[in-house]
Amino acid sequence: MESCNCIEPQFPADELLMRYQYISDFFIALAYFSIPLELIYFVKKSAVFPYRWVLVQFGAFIVLCGATHLINLWTFTMHSRTVAVVMTAAKVLTAAVSCATALMLVHIIPDLLSVKTRELFLKNKAAELDREMGLIRTQEETGRHVRMLTHEIRSTLDRHTILRTTLIELGRTLALEECALWMPTRSGVELQLSYTLRHQNPVGFTVPIQLPVINQVFSTNRVVKISPTSPVARLRPSGKYMPGEVVAVRVPLLHLSNFQINDWPELSTKRYALMVLMLPSDSARQWHVHELELVEVVADQVAVALSHAAILEESMRARDLLMEQNDALDRARREAETAVRARNDFLAVMNHEMRTPMHAIIALSSLLQETELTPEQRLMVETILKSSNLLATLINDVLDLSRLEDGSLQLDIGRFDLHGLFKEVLNLIQPIASVKKLFLTLSLSSDLPEYAIGDEKRLMQIMLNVVGNAVKFSREGGISIVAFVAKSESLRDPRAPDFFPVPSDNHFYLRVQVKDTGSGISPQDIPKLFTKFAQSQSLTKNSCGSGLGLAICKRFVNLMDGHIWLESDGLGKGCTAIFMVKLGLCGHSNEAKLQFVSRPPANPMLTNFPGLKVLVMDDNGVSRMVTKGLLVHLGCDVTTVSSGDECLRVVSNEHKVVFMDVSVPGIDIYEVAVRIHEKFSKRRDRPLIVALTGNTDRVTKESWLRVGMDGVILKPVSVDKMRSVLSELLDHRVLLEVQ
Amino acid sequence: MDGVIQLQRQLVDYTTSLYKEGFLDDQFKQLQQLQDESNPDFVIEVVYLFFEDSERLLNELSKTLNQQNVDFKKVDAHVHQLKGSSSSIGAQRVQNVCIAFRNYCEEQNSEGCLKCLQLIKHEYSLVKNKLETMFKLEKQVLVAGGSIPMH
Repeated sequence: MESCNCIEPQFPADELLMRYQYISDFFIALAYFSIPLELIYFVKKSAVFPYRWVLVQFGAFIVLCGATHLINLWTFTMHSRTVAVVMTAAKVLTAAVSCATALMLVHIIPDLLSVKTRELFLKNKAAELDREMGLIRTQEETGRHVRMLTHEIRSTLDRHTILRTTLIELGRTLALEECALWMPTRSGVELQLSYTLRHQNPVGFTVPIQLPVINQVFSTNRVVKISPTSPVARLRPSGKYMPGEVVAVRVPLLHLSNFQINDWPELSTKRYALMVLMLPSDSARQWHVHELELVEVVADQVAVALSHAAILEESMRARDLLMEQNDALDRARREAETAVRARNDFLAVMNHEMRTPMHAIIALSSLLQETELTPEQRLMVETILKSSNLLATLINDVLDLSRLEDGSLQLDIGRFDLHGLFKEVLNLIQPIASVKKLFLTLSLSSDLPEYAIGDEKRLMQIMLNVVGNAVKFSREGGISIVAFVAKSESLRDPRAPDFFPVPSDNHFYLRVQVKDTGSGISPQDIPKLFTKFAQSQSLTKNSCGSGLGLAICKRFVNLMDGHIWLESDGLGKGCTAIFMVKLGLCGHSNEAKLQFVSRPPANPMLTNFPGLKVLVMDDNGVSRMVTKGLLVHLGCDVTTVSSGDECLRVVSNEHKVVFMDVSVPGIDIYEVAVRIHEKFSKRRDRPLIVALTGNTDRVTKESWLRVGMDGVILKPVSVDKMRSVLSELLDHRVLLEVQ
Repeated sequence: MDGVIQLQRQLVDYTTSLYKEGFLDDQFKQLQQLQDESNPDFVIEVVYLFFEDSERLLNELSKTLNQQNVDFKKVDAHVHQLKGSSSSIGAQRVQNVCIAFRNYCEEQNSEGCLKCLQLIKHEYSLVKNKLETMFKLEKQVLVAGGSIPMH
């Protein structure tokens, strides 16, 4: 056979079968062509399809398959070689593309599948988020409600308003049927219905506080669902309807005394109120969690608001109390002041009353002293005088007891004869002692200085008091007085543990021991002795007087930095009084100075200021001569000048005082004084400047002193005046008073 | 001795009268106190100085007041001096007139001043006589062998 380029079909052409195949192929081709078209169309429509390339591939595959089937249509009959070639080509291509696609799909399909799972996942997430959004929204709602409630509640400090507002707002927010508050009674055994939403003034229902349901609610700070039939929930007398759900929560009532910042959440208080909330019965509503949370928060806020109100009430009460107390104190103070003033007035009057006769006695005794007296009489008068002087001092001190007590009394320090003082005490007490047939001995140690510096009068008073007591309480035997300088070992006495004497160069401690053979003192009485007005039994027998003596002595001794105490071996065994006082030593430097003060010369011929160089400036000849004579009389070495210039020329640092007569017109005294100040820069070198003036104007005195004068003297000047002026000037370097 | 005592008494009486009549005041007593062994003639010296000074001042015053245009300042200065001297020795009456004199000077009243001047001259001569007499008496006492009694 000759090969025509025709291909013989494998099977004989069966007409019917052929026809069906033909048709199927045709439709397959059609489908194959339309599927990609559809795909392309829809993919074009959708924006989101990531695998376009795959689609293209897939499309190509399908198209080629379609082409194959289409070409197959021609192969049923005799067909040319071209057709066969085309067919083969198409088949080959199809094979290639389908293999490629198959390979590609291996990668693609898992991805596509996972897209699906992701989609599911996202959907779930979205649902979740939706739920959460819902929750947040409800919380937000709750929060808003709470804030609003809180604002309402906290905008008032009145307890009742707070509670009422709470109930109203809660009722509104949660659409409650009924809301009630049960407060504990004063006794704490019952809860009383205090506030309800619907009733304005609830009748006083009470329930005992120990009910199990109440305990349950009180034991936790969460909201508790309770049965509508429990006594606290039965608020309406009629029980026909079925009440809705009821919850209850505790409201802590803070008491001021147990409000502690630190344990705010765990309250130490046991007092709670009960808040009961009821939903409407016919709504079949349930309590939602967020509503319960709202109720809890509100309960807390109410507690805080109530505590604030309580604190406020408390502080108002405290303030009122304080004001009352202040008033009372004020009144008491005024009364005390009046009493003190009355006492002072009394003292002042009595002072005067007592002093007047004393002065009479002293004055008349001194006058008596001036007259003709026999020696015995003279002695008696002197004793009278001395005693009355002492008495006068004593009166001063007794009446100034208050000054002693608040420490404003000051000692009169001066130089005095220590030995002489003891002798005088002896002389004063001797007569009394001899009357009682008691001997008196005095022993002064050899190292006791002759002169000392201290308060002579007060020391004498102490001595007299101590020795006088010794005499008073002795009926037989005698008194021995021993005085010596306390050495450092004996300074610290075990019986005076809080006495710390400090020895120094200028001072010494005088120790005096007065021993008597009298009735003695029992040990338990010794501490009482120094208290005012306290007297023990054994002493009162022979004693008279107010019991101030030893108290005053103790005060004086203390003022002299000393200590006083009594020792006794017991009743009937006598007693020794010991005291130590600090006295100043009389050194040489003191002597010279004190000479001027304590020894005014009896004879005017004696000079007090030997060789004291002074300068007198006065333009009036007579006046100048008189002043010169005055100063010469007092022993000074006087230079006179008659003008300011001359004064400035002559003045030197040898001159101790410059007397300037300032009634000299035409000379600028101020100028001279200033120049003198300038001339002597060191205070030590500068002579003291004293103005002699006839002008009694006080203002002028001040202006003199301001300008640099050290003193102002009014003319005429007497000898005594000049003497005292000079001594004061040399002592203090200034004249304190206008002389 | 009797004579001394009498003289002394006379002196005392005389001196007392001077004080009583206001010619002398306490200042004079002070002066007497200043007299002692180291300064036996103190009082006489001072008094004679006073006399000298006063006479000079009085002459000056006469001259100044008799001028056409009276320089009251100068008059015042002199009177001030006189006042000072008289108060220094205790010539009380003279001092008092000086005070009045100064007032007139302030007022620039020349008539008043002249009147005062006359008065001062009068007082001054009085006190001068009195003092001179007193000194004579003192001298007599001393000569008789007595001592001047202290007041």
